[in-house]
Amino acid sequence: MFRPRLIPVLLLKNNALVKSIKFKDYKYIGDPINAVKIFNELKADELVLLDIDATSKGKRISSDVIKRVGEEANMPFSVGGGISDMKDIQELIACGAEKVILNSHAVKNPLLIKQASEYFGSSTIVLCIDVKKKFLSKSNYVFINNGKVATRYEPIKWAQLAEEMGAGEIIIQSISKDGTMEGYDLELLKSISDAVTIPTVALGGAGNFSDFQSAYRLGRVNGIAAGSFFVYQGRNKGVLINYPSSEDIIRINQLT
Amino acid sequence: MKIHIVDYGMGNIFSVQKKLLQENISVTVSSKPHDIIDADKIILLGVGHFKKAMDNLNELNLIEPLNNFAITQKKPVLGICLGMQLMANFSEEGSSAGLGWVDASVSKFKTNDSKKFKIPHMGWNNVFYKKDSALMKNISERDEFYFVHSFFLEANNSQLVLSETDYIERFCSSIEQENIFGVQFHPEKSHDAGKTLLRNFILL
Repeated sequence: MFRPRLIPVLLLKNNALVKSIKFKDYKYIGDPINAVKIFNELKADELVLLDIDATSKGKRISSDVIKRVGEEANMPFSVGGGISDMKDIQELIACGAEKVILNSHAVKNPLLIKQASEYFGSSTIVLCIDVKKKFLSKSNYVFINNGKVATRYEPIKWAQLAEEMGAGEIIIQSISKDGTMEGYDLELLKSISDAVTIPTVALGGAGNFSDFQSAYRLGRVNGIAAGSFFVYQGRNKGVLINYPSSEDIIRINQLT
Repeated sequence: MKIHIVDYGMGNIFSVQKKLLQENISVTVSSKPHDIIDADKIILLGVGHFKKAMDNLNELNLIEPLNNFAITQKKPVLGICLGMQLMANFSEEGSSAGLGWVDASVSKFKTNDSKKFKIPHMGWNNVFYKKDSALMKNISERDEFYFVHSFFLEANNSQLVLSETDYIERFCSSIEQENIFGVQFHPEKSHDAGKTLLRNFILL
């Protein structure tokens, strides 16, 4: 039976694995390749790798690291961070990436989504939308450059435009929930998931298993992604890479 | 044993190549017609647009050696994802003729419930067997494979169908006709079940 995908998100900073809280307070977690090996053993559905300061530094996620991920991974994985043109996409796919994730550069040049999806196929092109409220504002906006720069886009409008341009999937990330482990922004997830016909993925805030169930049932997403959940264990947040068993994953879309 | 992966500029060759090399066999990857002629088995993979794929095969003069390999010599061919769809007569995607090795056509998923069934069909799903096959040896119907596709193959001849999968409706997720095999899912991305399938193809 078709079921939601459960997706660990690995954040890279200077090619090391880190985890943030609200896009700040980076904590070193370990070696990304080692993490991929563990997620192979744990039979993870899919992985996302994001280089979080590539765009700000005018760089792109490292092909060397992704090639090593491609050699190891027994599951599909997508990569993002500073991807700005067709050549970037071609290079990362050649490293074994299933999908590439566009964010800041797609906001600056939405035609990149169109050009890329026409050439590589929609299902290869993922858009990540980072969302938070602007200072002293009650509404959500799309932010770029690792959450540092506000744009004029409302999340739903941007998601719909991206779908029109040919994006095959949308990762909906709440900046204010990132690393808090207090639950997803379900309203945000639902508002975008219901506004597009392509698959959506939840990201930001997962703290326990029931958050996954809520994201699927109430947030109406097709994929459920998380960072902290898969790398921390216990109240003191000791670093321990973990992943639910296949019996547990099946419970995500079963009513309790 | 020499397996050749046909490189015609469509999609993710590295992952399949890597998984085959782990099985300690000889693997070639190229767009050269003579590498097809020299191979024992061929893998035809691909992601992207059907018509563009056919155009590329045409421009690279690969259609004749492929036809010769699969139809005249009847050597084993495995199509993966778009690679399986290309074996059909026709696809809606670009209204293009295919290789025509199997009596089937390719259509786009359609649904009235776009909130429940997003397109592409992207994720893990089961396969239900319609016949026994050496390709699926030691793979259970409880095992899952990774799918990502918006188009699916419709067989005109039910004998062709090796397995079916549920999404929107029950569709054909793999085919087998003598030496010709095709899977809609990605064995190279499907953990142990995928490894077993590729190993089964090597052992055919």
